[in-house]
Amino acid sequence: MAEATNAIAEQFDSSEQQHESAWLGLWAFLATEVLFFGGVFLGYIVYRHVYYESFVLASRTTNLVYGTVNTAVLLTSSLTMALAVHAAQVGKNKNLVRFLILTILLAITFMGVKGVEYYEHYKDHQIPGPSFVLKGAPEGELFYYFYFTMTGLHALHVVIGIGLLSVMALLAARRRFNPAYYTPVELSGLYWHFVDIVWIFLYPLIYLISRHS
Amino acid sequence: MNIIEETHPPPPAKLEPDYLEAGHTVRSWLLTTDHKRIGLLYLFSIIFFFFIAAVAAGIMRLELLTPKGDLVLSETYSKLFTLHGVIMVWFFLIPSIPTVLGNFLIPMMIGARDVAFPKLNLLSWYLFMAGGMFALYAIIAGGVDTGWTFYTPYSSRYSNSHVIEMATGIFLSGFGSILTGLNFIITVHKMRAPGMTWFRLPLFIWSHYATSLILVLATPVLAITLLLMALERIWGIGIFDPRIGGDPVLFQHLFWFYSHPAVYIMVLPSMAVISELIPCFSRKQIFGYKFIAFASLAIAFLGFLVWGHHMFVAGPSVYAGLVFSLLSFLVAIPSAIKVFNWTATLHRGSISFETPMLYALGFIGLFSLGGLTGLFLAALGADVHLTDTYFIIAHFHYIMVGGTVLGFMGGMHFWWPKITGRMYPEKMGQLAALVTFIGFNLTFFPQFILGYLGMPRRYHAYAPEYQVYNVLSTAGASILAVGYILPVIYFIWSLHKGKKAPANPWNATGLEWQTPSPPPVHNFYETPLVVKGPYDYSPEEEERKLEERHG
Ligand SMILES: [Cu+2]
Repeated sequence: MAEATNAIAEQFDSSEQQHESAWLGLWAFLATEVLFFGGVFLGYIVYRHVYYESFVLASRTTNLVYGTVNTAVLLTSSLTMALAVHAAQVGKNKNLVRFLILTILLAITFMGVKGVEYYEHYKDHQIPGPSFVLKGAPEGELFYYFYFTMTGLHALHVVIGIGLLSVMALLAARRRFNPAYYTPVELSGLYWHFVDIVWIFLYPLIYLISRHS
Repeated sequence: MNIIEETHPPPPAKLEPDYLEAGHTVRSWLLTTDHKRIGLLYLFSIIFFFFIAAVAAGIMRLELLTPKGDLVLSETYSKLFTLHGVIMVWFFLIPSIPTVLGNFLIPMMIGARDVAFPKLNLLSWYLFMAGGMFALYAIIAGGVDTGWTFYTPYSSRYSNSHVIEMATGIFLSGFGSILTGLNFIITVHKMRAPGMTWFRLPLFIWSHYATSLILVLATPVLAITLLLMALERIWGIGIFDPRIGGDPVLFQHLFWFYSHPAVYIMVLPSMAVISELIPCFSRKQIFGYKFIAFASLAIAFLGFLVWGHHMFVAGPSVYAGLVFSLLSFLVAIPSAIKVFNWTATLHRGSISFETPMLYALGFIGLFSLGGLTGLFLAALGADVHLTDTYFIIAHFHYIMVGGTVLGFMGGMHFWWPKITGRMYPEKMGQLAALVTFIGFNLTFFPQFILGYLGMPRRYHAYAPEYQVYNVLSTAGASILAVGYILPVIYFIWSLHKGKKAPANPWNATGLEWQTPSPPPVHNFYETPLVVKGPYDYSPEEEERKLEERHG
């Protein structure tokens, strides 16, 4: 417990108080994130309602295979993240490092698939701008504008997550966590689950709804 | 709440230096995590920005002395009012009370050593300053001419000014605001001293708590809105662009979804200050504590539902207009509840008129007038006549200056002895408060008439029949300037020549007064134990009750 006591910042009275504060702080931050994504999600839903046919047509030109693979990859990464937090909780440091690295690798896989997908959109002239072509869907360009903005913002959060988890893996490798003190791992996990949940909303909104109607 | 198991050894009593003596190097200020020092960093920064924005206002008032546009070009005038709006809103009003007084006082009022995340607190200030530097760069590089509202498509397509730099500045300072709000929320939840229950919290805390909720929930919407606007400007097309089916009105919806609650970010902290000043200088318990506390939360909540009243002329459906109009009337109720409770607190109180109290009384009058004229604008029909005229300008300056600035000044005078350990000269303070009140009314009351007569805002030239009121307004502005400069002078003077302040010069009841002025680094020599409510201003009464109970 000596280490745990060292980890208490001077404004707190106990490690419990410190832990609860950090936990609540991250939840408040996630509330901010929800509203941040909320603005652009709202725009998407409004326009989808207004230009229903164009948006349905355009969404059928997205690549369902890449989208589904990436959903599976991210869901698996949520599992490995949960296992990492559990490993920290029970003090299995080796497992902690392993699962963190696995999560990072899955996140990189996600970015790789997304990159290939973007490249194919580029080849198919689906990037909004002067070279954009999509026959039969007058507002298809608007759909793809939302597609790139929303998935781009999400990808930015994935990259931040990769950075965060790398730091955690590094700290874990230096044995900085123990069952009495692993709040940073826990909070990174919470952040990572949030990034996954954003995708869980994006996936149906972009790839699935009205695809087969 | 506070489970005391592994307590830090408290610093040896009386040996701990006060927070100002704890270090004199530049480094000790720029790397401080002490909430009191961070409050002072913010104080210097926002005063700096205030004077930049005030100079812009001064030039505008000079231009408006004559009907012809003879001092500045129309384009320059657009840049002046944009500068004035952006800097005043995001670099003075929004940070003003929360980051200076809130930072300094929230931990002390709840009996804590610091905020929950001191390093994050310092980061907020750096984000704020980074934002400020971007804004300054945008101004020096040539300015922005879109108005503080950045309406598309002008901002995203047609304006040839430094929109992106300015938006980046606002984005960064907004990030700082979010982190400040987050810090306050967690601090209030987790850092209260033993015995400090929710209903023993000073109303200052309740109001700042409500403000923080808005900061955390509304500011991100501004962030995404500005981001989408900037993206559209860079990319050449975007979701507000009609050429690909986008709608510029969506920008207005998103912008006002933030910017109406932002009004409450500015005014709730001022209400926080007033709720401390009124009981202290009436020597009375606050009337209707719970009503005021919950009114703060009601304002935070209802404030999110009324943004449409800024868009009555943007062509909403009849029903949307109706609903937004109705909701805008509703949001006036919790504010009115507060005003009535403050007034009831004054009733039969033993009132004295020290400087902070003068500002507080000024606040009640001006805020009421600002709020009541807001009802004209909430009424759909009247708004169509008054929109984009000087009536709007006058209305929101009664709230922003009459509300926020007077609250800020009142609070600065009230807590100046605590912050610096020195008293300001009382007679000068009273004079400045009076000058400010007179100057303010002379500046802005004529603008109500101007607006009602139809003078549009945002033009550097106007029809000659409006000149009389404009001359009155400019005269008022020069008096108001004296009211602002005076306190700066005597505050600085007091740092060396002011009387040494005792721990509790006002005989006030808050925890912050039960520790020396200026406070030690960790605020209290030992963690206070709270046994009663915050406005315990009738000690004889309490004594009598106690005796009865035991007798
Ligand atoms: Cu409003």
